[in-house]
Amino acid sequence: MAQHQVNYAASGGLPVALTTVDKIVNWGRSNSLWALTYGLACCAIEMMASGASRYDFDRFGVIFRASPRQADVMIVAGTLTKKHAEFIRRLYDQMAEPKWVISMGSCANTGGMFNTYATVQGVDRVIPVDLYLPGCAPRPETLQYAVMLLQKKIRKQSIFQKQKPKRLV
Amino acid sequence: MMRPYRPKDNVQKKAYYTDRFWIAPRIPEEDVSQDKVYAADIEKIKAKFDIKKAYIQRGQLVVIIDPVINKELLFFLRDELGYDMLMELSAIDYLAQDGEFEVFYQLLSLSKRKRLRVKCRIKEDEAIESVNPVFRSADWSEREMYDMFGIKVNNHPYFKRILMPDDWVGYPLRKTYPLHGDEAAQWYEIDKIFGKEYREIVGPEIRDAAWIDKTDTEQFARYGHEVPKGAPYDSEPVKIDSFNEDAPLVETFDLKKSKIVDRDR
Repeated sequence: MAQHQVNYAASGGLPVALTTVDKIVNWGRSNSLWALTYGLACCAIEMMASGASRYDFDRFGVIFRASPRQADVMIVAGTLTKKHAEFIRRLYDQMAEPKWVISMGSCANTGGMFNTYATVQGVDRVIPVDLYLPGCAPRPETLQYAVMLLQKKIRKQSIFQKQKPKRLV
Repeated sequence: MMRPYRPKDNVQKKAYYTDRFWIAPRIPEEDVSQDKVYAADIEKIKAKFDIKKAYIQRGQLVVIIDPVINKELLFFLRDELGYDMLMELSAIDYLAQDGEFEVFYQLLSLSKRKRLRVKCRIKEDEAIESVNPVFRSADWSEREMYDMFGIKVNNHPYFKRILMPDDWVGYPLRKTYPLHGDEAAQWYEIDKIFGKEYREIVGPEIRDAAWIDKTDTEQFARYGHEVPKGAPYDSEPVKIDSFNEDAPLVETFDLKKSKIVDRDR
């Protein structure tokens, strides 16, 4: 005989939780943001520290993947050179929808102190960016906060929305 | 909104500030006979090669040669005189002054504990012979020299750019190359990824760090003059309630007024 028999009628309702499709899909999306390991410069050190045990990104569901096809969010950590620009675009195109981009650090945001001929002046010239994270380099707490803000942004989105026409291509 | 652009066509000719009475300090050139080892070396070199000039500068022997004998001289220095390491190889842009590049080879002899610099001058359209058969480290250095200055190197095993992309236009370390890049450099990633017709959509690079978009109401451009979100930028700024600065930050603890709840614990 089952010891923990539930009396559905008596316990005030059936074990059913009501929610919206938006909420439950976004709950899933925002809590399993798999990030592409995109370390380009010193910001990558902070990104690696965020993934390691002290800051432990796994508890946010952020697991670093080495393949763009398994990744949801691209954390561009470091200076993007003009030579590398075509590859960041290619990797971005290879990521499956829905996808987001965090531009981490001054160099990725605006080119930073590298106001020279060989540096892309902000990754948003090449790929659309969802979240700009200032700092040089941002500490792991800051990246953690950026991921939390991105989660907030995702939770606000409707899953049925049309893919917005990106600024480029 | 950009700052006025100063033409940077030729930085060497137009310095921002010139002191008419300032004379560039020259590092004194000493005679080769000052150093016994170098004197013996230069005797052997002169017996075999035709060198233009030789002197000691900062304790290092400098030999100025004709560029056509660079490989033979380096072979000789390596095998006969024991200068067995090529520390550095590059060029200096003297195009504005003399219409020439100066190519230098910095050598080190571990057995003698001496350094030697071989210098030669070549014209802009001239090529220089590769010293890769003498020193393997010259491979990448010569490629870098080509990448940065556009100096062609003959008989190099794998002669192409090393740092910049292969389809890059121009040679960045020349004095005539602008720091922010020429037109091809400024639009490089846009042209390559999206094509030239996307230049208008993306817009030019923002190179001025002090640039502010005055119509931007959502970021920090109007700090202190914030307008409600979504409102036009020239609408009435939001009045921010100032907080009471006279209020004490720390209040003194008054035992009689306070009620202590965990006294008996």
